[in-house]
Amino acid sequence: MSLLRVEGLSKEFGGVHAVQQLDFAIPAGQVFSIIGPNGAGKTTLLNLLTGIYVPSSGRILLEARDLTGRAPYEYAARGIARTFQNLQVFFNMSALENVMVGRYLHERCGLPAALLRFPSLARAERACREEAESLMRFVGLGEYAQSPSDAMPYGALKRLEIARALATKPRLLLLDEPAAGLNPTETLGIDALISKLAESGVTVVLVEHNMKLVMGVADRILVLDYGKRLAEGTAEEVRRDPKVIEAYLGAGAH
Amino acid sequence: MSGRTASLATLAGIVLLLPLALQNNYYYEVAIQVGLNAIVCVGLNLLIGYAGQISLGHAGFFGLGAYGSAILTARYGWPPLAALASATAGVAVLAYLIGRPILRLRGHYLAMATLGMGIIISIVIATEDRLTGGPDGMPVPALAAFGAALSGERVWYWVVGATLLAAVWLALNLVDSPHGRALRALHGSEVGAEVTGIDSARHKVKVFVISAVYAALAGSLTAHYAGFVTPAKVTFFHSIELVTMVVFGGMASTFGAVVGAAVLTVLPQALTVFKEYEMVVFGAVMMLTMIFMPRGLVPTLALTLSGRRLPR
Amino acid sequence: MSAQFLQFLLAGLTVGAIYALVALGFSIIYNASQVINFAQGEFVMIGGMCTVWLANAGWPLPAAIAAAVLVAAAVGLALEKLAVEPARGASVVTLIIITIGASILLRGLATIVWDKNIHPLKAFSGEAPIQLGGATLLPQSLWVLGVTVVIVLLLSWFFGRTLLGKALLATSHNRLAAQLVGINVRHVLLASFGLSAALGAVAGILVAPITFTAWDVGVMLGLKGFAAAILGGMGSGPGAVLGGLVLGIVEAMGAGYVSSAYKDAIAFVIILAVLFFLPSGLLGRRSSDRV
Ligand SMILES: Nc1ncnc2c1ncn2[C@@H]1O[C@H](COP(=O)(O)OP(=O)(O)O)[C@@H](O)[C@H]1O
Ligand SMILES: [Mg+2]
Repeated sequence: MSLLRVEGLSKEFGGVHAVQQLDFAIPAGQVFSIIGPNGAGKTTLLNLLTGIYVPSSGRILLEARDLTGRAPYEYAARGIARTFQNLQVFFNMSALENVMVGRYLHERCGLPAALLRFPSLARAERACREEAESLMRFVGLGEYAQSPSDAMPYGALKRLEIARALATKPRLLLLDEPAAGLNPTETLGIDALISKLAESGVTVVLVEHNMKLVMGVADRILVLDYGKRLAEGTAEEVRRDPKVIEAYLGAGAH
Repeated sequence: MSGRTASLATLAGIVLLLPLALQNNYYYEVAIQVGLNAIVCVGLNLLIGYAGQISLGHAGFFGLGAYGSAILTARYGWPPLAALASATAGVAVLAYLIGRPILRLRGHYLAMATLGMGIIISIVIATEDRLTGGPDGMPVPALAAFGAALSGERVWYWVVGATLLAAVWLALNLVDSPHGRALRALHGSEVGAEVTGIDSARHKVKVFVISAVYAALAGSLTAHYAGFVTPAKVTFFHSIELVTMVVFGGMASTFGAVVGAAVLTVLPQALTVFKEYEMVVFGAVMMLTMIFMPRGLVPTLALTLSGRRLPR
Repeated sequence: MSAQFLQFLLAGLTVGAIYALVALGFSIIYNASQVINFAQGEFVMIGGMCTVWLANAGWPLPAAIAAAVLVAAAVGLALEKLAVEPARGASVVTLIIITIGASILLRGLATIVWDKNIHPLKAFSGEAPIQLGGATLLPQSLWVLGVTVVIVLLLSWFFGRTLLGKALLATSHNRLAAQLVGINVRHVLLASFGLSAALGAVAGILVAPITFTAWDVGVMLGLKGFAAAILGGMGSGPGAVLGGLVLGIVEAMGAGYVSSAYKDAIAFVIILAVLFFLPSGLLGRRSSDRV
């Protein structure tokens, strides 16, 4: 049973066809990878799948529910969380608070409760803090709990976005190039984290431009080129696909 | 003791002890003025400092609160407390209706829209003289509670002091709740907030309404305290003064908003000794503090005292 | 076309041209530095007041005008050098407050150097009204319109053909890239303030014979110029001109046909209405934010 299904999805920016006529389905409980060279439309696709862009045409269905045209916060409320290639950390807050924001959907309270600080809210806030701390340890940021986010190194910020996304308790987690800009050791660490996430049962969409990185972890791979689907299948099928070899690996293989 | 309780206790201590230093009615007047401005600034800081949305028109809400109270009591004979409550509620509804379309705008466009809103309100107030007395203003009956009229600087000092403490307490609670985190989050990154489930448009409107209510309440109180309202406090310049107080004291610092209001309310009083140089000095102080302390007074001092260097 | 309508249209075009000049000043600075210069109106005031002062001291009008424009430009350069440059990287609100501080300071200085009175300035070529299809036109209005046209033409030549103009444009599109191709961004910023101040001063001088001038005329003219720039789309040159003219005409029509007391309010109602439907103004760049 697929968790997310996309039908005829396209996005155009004043003549640039960033995503064209995509159809695919993401099975539940797997690591689904989207790869393609820079400018292939991967980030645009994630922006469509989180409601940040409204598609020029096509539909996005989470289970059977049509989410096309909804606002990003509604996608989040339905269980889709993400990280960004260009960090969208709340730099005006501490690392821990960033993760606590991720608990927003599960810790909703009325305005009177917030203004008058009802005892129930005080209890919920303590629980929220503890949960956020344990998530920070889970992604390997235990030591940064108290630091202001604008004082953290780049690699830690990438993990911070993962922790924030996990705090929403997503069913579908979209990671946009989580290893970009990291050194080889940090990249290994992120790989291990993604495997750990997959084991915990959340469905992961992993966007990468470096094909080698995803071969090990991905159950299925979608290859994009100029916004179009070039190939889709298991790592093995994609690796052997002549179109992929020519368009994507070709340059590196020679 | 949490940071919230500590700052509230500090402020309560200052409000309680200040009368020891207030030698005559003039000092009381200035202190009351500080308190009233601080109430507006605490609310405005929720909007500007925490949610990162500028408003150059809050003097309009202040004015509507003041004139709402004035008109309902003086022209229609309402009891002052009912007038105060209705004027404030009316402003809340208006802020909601205006806020929904306006807060879709960003940056300078939002600045323009709020500025325009404030100017329209001030022109209406100055022009509808049958109702408002026009540029000359109008008298306002005194605030009466439980059969006794509130009058005299000393009584008003405690009314304003208590209101300020309540306003600060509510603001501190809000900031330290999921609502407050949502506001700060959408300031930090609006997309980041949206994809974590925060309906940023709704939160912006909500905080806009809250800040308008703070301004309207202070406006109503000012009208009843002074016994007279004029359009002077409804102008674009007053909106700017309010924003300056917030930024000067320190954005995203509730205590900073109070300090900013205090310094910039007392400063012009002190500057009257410079007579014709008053404007020059005031402008220069504004520029210099913003150039050398862009984070504002309280956050800069807090960082200096804690020995950390300013991160850029 | 009724004579009355024509009369309002001419009045609107005249004041609209002034708004357009002020709006152009806002746009030029905004493009170069992303700063909204709330002291823009003070350049208008300095232009008018300085000309009056020098003319009263016996200078021939053309010399007084030239000197006033130079003084305003110098103030613009000083503002950039002393207040805006040291605050680079500060938030939008902080920069707004710095420039508002500057405007208060400049107004204060004007009351000290000059005074708090209202001053007339002699019209450039007489006061005899010109008859035009039943409406009357002051010769000074022709000066306003003519000079504005010349300035708009000069500016489009400047931005389209000259190196400095192109550098200004390049910096507005991409600061880093401009730096990489060897444009001295700091000089560009300085130039933009000088140019905007000169434009503001010209507007202030042109309008002084019609509306008189005083130490505080910059407040409303500055706000209207800002409104015009936003109306046209902040950063767009043609937008600033269009915004200024539309604002001036709407205001004149509103004052003539609806209510003169609500003249200023009508202008701002129109701007709010436009922003509700076109959140980036009439000719502003519509962008979808990249993330
Ligand atoms: N907001 C936008 N406005 C205009 N063009 C865009 C926007 N976002 C992406 N594009 C264009 O869409 C194409 C795909 O970009 P992107 O999705 O970022 O690729 P990738 O993430 O695969 O590197 C590029 O040509 C890019 O320039
Ligand atoms: Mg990308």
